[in-house]
Amino acid sequence: MEKFVKHFAEQFDETDASEFTIETRFREFEEWSSLTALSIIAMVDEVYNVKLTGDDIRKSSSLLDVYNIVKSKM
Amino acid sequence: MALIQINNVTIRGISAAVPKQSQEVKGLPFFSDEEADKFIAGTGVERRRLVEEGVTTSDLCFKAAERLLAEMNWQRDEVDCLIFVSQTPDYILPATSCMLQERLKLKEGIVAFDISMGCSGWVYGLFTMSNLLSGGQLKKGLLLVGDTISKTCSTEDKSTYPLFGDAGTATALEFDTHSNGLKFHLAVDGSGAKAIIIPDGGYRNQYNTNSIQKVTDEEGISRTASDLILDGMNVFSFGISKAPESVNLLSSHFGIDLETIDYFLFHQANKFMNEKIRKKLKIPAEKVPYTLKDYGNTSSATIPFTLTKELGEIASEGTLNYIACGFGVGLSWGSVWFSTDRLICPAIIEV
Repeated sequence: MEKFVKHFAEQFDETDASEFTIETRFREFEEWSSLTALSIIAMVDEVYNVKLTGDDIRKSSSLLDVYNIVKSKM
Repeated sequence: MALIQINNVTIRGISAAVPKQSQEVKGLPFFSDEEADKFIAGTGVERRRLVEEGVTTSDLCFKAAERLLAEMNWQRDEVDCLIFVSQTPDYILPATSCMLQERLKLKEGIVAFDISMGCSGWVYGLFTMSNLLSGGQLKKGLLLVGDTISKTCSTEDKSTYPLFGDAGTATALEFDTHSNGLKFHLAVDGSGAKAIIIPDGGYRNQYNTNSIQKVTDEEGISRTASDLILDGMNVFSFGISKAPESVNLLSSHFGIDLETIDYFLFHQANKFMNEKIRKKLKIPAEKVPYTLKDYGNTSSATIPFTLTKELGEIASEGTLNYIACGFGVGLSWGSVWFSTDRLICPAIIEV
């Protein structure tokens, strides 16, 4: 789970990694954009070999939500 | 699994036509300067060519075909088949290929029909045309592939309008017993049909008064049900898994060493997605040409357009081996291995 937070945080260029926990509501960062969403999808594909859909991202608000989806698809 | 080799067919020439009119991404009303820079950094698209009102895909393909026929010295009555591949035909009916037969002054005794495909369209068109020619009863074929996809985008939709450009291409194929043949992998997943769709105007949802109601989905995305809808996240997720998989299936099934490929031609979706695909396949950057910067995503035209634009000179001088991979609307995707020898590649035509 710690690794997931680290990988997740790496997809943000302007937001410091220290601001991320598993509870973080990532949409609230000013930096969040459709491109960050694509980076998350790419990261999950690369690291976990899991295919996230647009809906998976849209219905998630915290890192934990995404984490649980990834886990359920592994 | 659709892995198919087709022998006795060679690609002889490719040409392309684009509109003269270019439009910069920077300065579009729905983007601040900062947003435009971010868009450019992500997609790689700085400007696109857009047709004027009244100009269609078939007009661009017609110009490309005229030039190619002239450069190849093909007689009009030698052309035995014509396929038009597009998501933006002139009419719902009749098929645009029928009207192109007349415009190009091709003979009546020709096989001509349309194929409705987008991002994967050139690969599917090549597959169909090669099959028609490989028996040797039909000798020469023209494959006309392109889109004026800008016409399908709402000008107030930042998720489509800045990305797409217009282009038409012509590919000439010939029955040839000395050919190295073509090798294909083709696939489809209709469960993703709604990821790229124009909902209204066909016969599932016929035009009605709601079809022209503009709806704002989110900031910067206002469109009607007769405009193109692109679910970027789903298409991205699809592209980064299926495009590399397709190339790998092609190479393992036919024993193609990717090192022996001179150039990889990917559908020009956007830079971010295409670079993910390239890196997954561990292909060096110099083997993967792009036309996104000045022309954007030209839908079905991207692969032949990028070949003529970026490789035209070198392809006309010698022999090259390629793998091309198209992926998108359908969802549909496919890869093809082919080679060219002194390909006839006229300069890009501006209409």
